[in-house]
Amino acid sequence: MKLNEEERALLAGEGGRARQWAIRHQIEVGRFFDAEDMVEVDQAHVMADPESLGEAGVRWLSDMAGLPEAERRVRVPTITDPRGVDFAAYKRLHQTDEMATLEERAIRAFEAMGVLMTNTCINYQTILPPVRGEHVAFGDTGVVIYSNAVFGARSNFEGGPSAIAAGLTGRTPRYGYHLEKNRLGTKLFELRHQPKDFSEWGALGAVVGRGSGSYWAVPVITGVENAPTSDDLKHFGAALASFGSVAMFHMPGVTPEAPTLADAFDGPPPPASPITAEDIANVYEGYAARGDKVDVVVFSAPQLSLIELEKVANLLDGRRVHSGTTLIAATSPEIKFAADRMGLTRRIEASGGIVLSGVCFYQSYAREMAEANGWSRLMSNSAKLVNIIGGYGYKPTLATMERCVDSAVAGKVL
Amino acid sequence: MAQTLLCHPGIGPDVEGIALVASDDFSARYDLDRIKGVFSRPAHKLFGEDYRERVLVLNNVKGGVASAWMLNEMASRDVKPAAFVFNRVNPILAQGAALAGLPLVDRFADGDVTTLICNGERIRVRPSEGQVILLDRP
Repeated sequence: MKLNEEERALLAGEGGRARQWAIRHQIEVGRFFDAEDMVEVDQAHVMADPESLGEAGVRWLSDMAGLPEAERRVRVPTITDPRGVDFAAYKRLHQTDEMATLEERAIRAFEAMGVLMTNTCINYQTILPPVRGEHVAFGDTGVVIYSNAVFGARSNFEGGPSAIAAGLTGRTPRYGYHLEKNRLGTKLFELRHQPKDFSEWGALGAVVGRGSGSYWAVPVITGVENAPTSDDLKHFGAALASFGSVAMFHMPGVTPEAPTLADAFDGPPPPASPITAEDIANVYEGYAARGDKVDVVVFSAPQLSLIELEKVANLLDGRRVHSGTTLIAATSPEIKFAADRMGLTRRIEASGGIVLSGVCFYQSYAREMAEANGWSRLMSNSAKLVNIIGGYGYKPTLATMERCVDSAVAGKVL
Repeated sequence: MAQTLLCHPGIGPDVEGIALVASDDFSARYDLDRIKGVFSRPAHKLFGEDYRERVLVLNNVKGGVASAWMLNEMASRDVKPAAFVFNRVNPILAQGAALAGLPLVDRFADGDVTTLICNGERIRVRPSEGQVILLDRP
């Protein structure tokens, strides 16, 4: 890789040990992907919940945080993805004090490094949306795909270590979606059914993700009759990234880099794969379990916007969550604050639901929570969540937000 | 006797081990019980298989950024694979392998590595040379 004078100085240790580790890490990853040089980034976003960090990761962060201040502070605004423990609610969920202690240690380390504890996977809706052409180092698959596709910003999937490295050096290896040539369409899908709600947008993401199947694929989706909302595209992108590891898509007429179908491809578009109502229905059918007792209903992955929280509150008003079922809604700290102020939290919790702040369900020791609470059957309107949570021992069911709430009240899958 | 497969130069040290092969994709978060050291996702072709110190030979990487930390955490407890041999990986697995010091290679010249290598076969992974050596092949 070509390194400029500043990068060579960092490699020589002139910026301190943390930055020296960071640039070495970036060179190793960059060489693996044939990056020719580095590109400066304006923001970094770190995924580092304690469940994935473990004791080893928290110790690693703490070691970095113990370096002299000039060596350990990040150089560009660096924010965080959801955490694993909401200190106001963890005892209700039967998370342990050990989990909370690990969380506290990770937070202290991040703060010592100058990282802003935003604890959100909807930073593009709540903190600072990137703009077209802006290079960033974002560390959440849903955030990356939304930022690349909907805003036209440029990021690869930056896992926790590489996002910290980007924060420390202010740059990242120039490969993947930082390069114009990799942002062109590779597959074409034609909608023959218009998604009607968040879970259908997620189910569409599942279909396209399964049909794309690679980080390096860029699906192009035509046939969208009406502009989706930000929340629609949030669920679509999160599911697409989850099922297919996809980091970029085009939706001609909606997303900025491909106003027309011709703009989406380098040359004539390939034949389109149709997506029908039956394809969407098949996603739901794969998780169907009508009549089963439902242990936990989760609205999370990605965290909820204020608009989604209001929908949950409206659906719950005057009703009571079944005594054998737990209903959880997870959002960012900023949105939780707004929901408290507007009475949404009170309305959801008056019906027996729990509103969590700064966490995401699957990042919150999901396996241990299942064992501690006796949970097995999980319902969600998040296609991303139902895709992930099977690995944690849950039996997941995908349904609309309305059906999830109705089932939570009934205590069984409706 | 041995046969050599050529791939893109990878990450990490040389290692020798027994291959655990499937045509599935992979995520440490989605697929593994990282305490017991087994594949825990029922839908995965390797469900129930012990992955400890096996060379994982798989197709691709699934969404999720958590593997970047999890490989390091698994390595710290010695509940880790010996190496990753994939058709194609995403940035997360490369970042995770780099942090954890685990061998990783992908992009094979001869085609689908999940069909080129047999389950249970003894192999040597040489990331810096871009080679996987099938040690018992004539």
